[in-house]
Amino acid sequence: MAAASNVIVIGGSWGGIQASLTILKNLPANYSIPIILVLHRLRTTEGNLQEVFGKRLALKAVEIEEKEALLPGYVYLAPANYHVLIEKDHTFSLDDSELENYSRPSIDVTFTSAAEVFKDRTIGILLSGASKDGSSGLKYIFEKRGTAIVQDPEEAEIDTMPLAAIHSIPGCSVLNLEQIQAFLLSLHDH
Amino acid sequence: MKLNNDALFEQDVEALIREIHAQYGYDFSGYARASVYRRIKRFLSQKHLNSLDDLRKGLFSDSFFFENFLQEVTVNVTEMFRDPTFFLSLRTNVLPILSTYPFIKIWDAGCSTGEELFSLAILLKEEGLLDRTKIYATDINQKVLKQAKEGIFSATNMPAYTSGYYAAGGKQEFSSYYRSNYGSAKFDSSLVKNVVIYPHNLATDSSFNEFHLILCRNVLIYFNRELQERVFRLFDESMVSLGYLGLGKKETLAMSGISSNYNLVDKSNRIYRKAN
Ligand SMILES: C[S@@+](CC[C@H](N)C(=O)[O-])C[C@H]1O[C@@H](n2cnc3c(N)ncnc32)[C@H](O)[C@@H]1O
Repeated sequence: MAAASNVIVIGGSWGGIQASLTILKNLPANYSIPIILVLHRLRTTEGNLQEVFGKRLALKAVEIEEKEALLPGYVYLAPANYHVLIEKDHTFSLDDSELENYSRPSIDVTFTSAAEVFKDRTIGILLSGASKDGSSGLKYIFEKRGTAIVQDPEEAEIDTMPLAAIHSIPGCSVLNLEQIQAFLLSLHDH
Repeated sequence: MKLNNDALFEQDVEALIREIHAQYGYDFSGYARASVYRRIKRFLSQKHLNSLDDLRKGLFSDSFFFENFLQEVTVNVTEMFRDPTFFLSLRTNVLPILSTYPFIKIWDAGCSTGEELFSLAILLKEEGLLDRTKIYATDINQKVLKQAKEGIFSATNMPAYTSGYYAAGGKQEFSSYYRSNYGSAKFDSSLVKNVVIYPHNLATDSSFNEFHLILCRNVLIYFNRELQERVFRLFDESMVSLGYLGLGKKETLAMSGISSNYNLVDKSNRIYRKAN
């Protein structure tokens, strides 16, 4: 399969599971852009996020294994207790270094790494959450001329994360979940 | 071709890796790049360095500074009873089989500051195997090895380690293994009386013994496929037949050339057994 030309990275914390389910549920099984999802979770919960997403999406939901290649049609879930990085050959690396913004996985780490590889072909989406994580990564995506989208804080379950991002990236697009969903569908290459 | 900043940075890192190898003998050429770039950038900002050139100057004029750098590029994060189910599985699936040997040899490769080593020793003690087991604990990084020898860990971590210990099937009072002292916990040194600790670089050094159990957890994630393959072969050469290999929670033998000679003992805990 041909390597993907772009990538969608989504970050969320409190309220992020529900929000990401909403924006992903209508995407077709053959959706043309790989999606990486970084959600904070309790350090101790193993979580069956894969099951939660697998049941509700047409896309295949998998927990990231290191060295795995990014492919269209998949939602890649960041595993608990590892940071997710992307290599130039579009494979994943995992890293168990220090927490960033009290989090591992950290959204900043993955957003930044994605933008380093995919540059302006990176689409970053930051959802609901009670954390400051994600802002600087989304800013980095924006600086690389990628697409920076923030969930409308009015609608977010917890607005701390969206507000922090809007504050640090005045040029980002603020959209509600319905609009984000429509935008993602519009990117699909049949 | 015009190089942008990212491409220049990457090119300079490659040159730096070659120079470090030539000057200090440490070979990082097989390390996964995304993580190396990130660690280097982090080190630059911690040390308030503006460029890779400034870093170069520091590294090659000051070996203490280099040690510091080595600490930072090799991630040393660890904990006791990390992934408790792994240790529980060792206790219930592996140690009973190892107990049939008169003498047991274990290699803890990439042991970092020793939390994993002490966890293992506690398990062996509770299963009555510690006195006839010799553990070789190795790491590339001499500074962490010095700490591993001491077995002194921060007291603030003890609550988390205590629950890890019980989740791993702990049979005693966890606090009976250490003495608290000024914010730190000093573990009983008799736990490691049969332990040899020394530097070994998985990227360049060779096999030095044969083992019944090899643990190498959360080290291979930092290596590229090629280097991973080298390390797997090294482990295979260093493994008795029917010996066990324990990897980190997100590491797998599946893609390796040696995998056909290994069986999965515990899939979710990534424990393998050599066939013959
Ligand atoms: C993240 S720690 C893992 C510690 C422990 N095994 C655990 O799982 O908690 C990785 C360790 O691998 C060591 N390491 C990195 N490169 C190495 C190499 N080439 N040879 C031996 N050890 C290495 C690092 O110094 C570090 O202590």
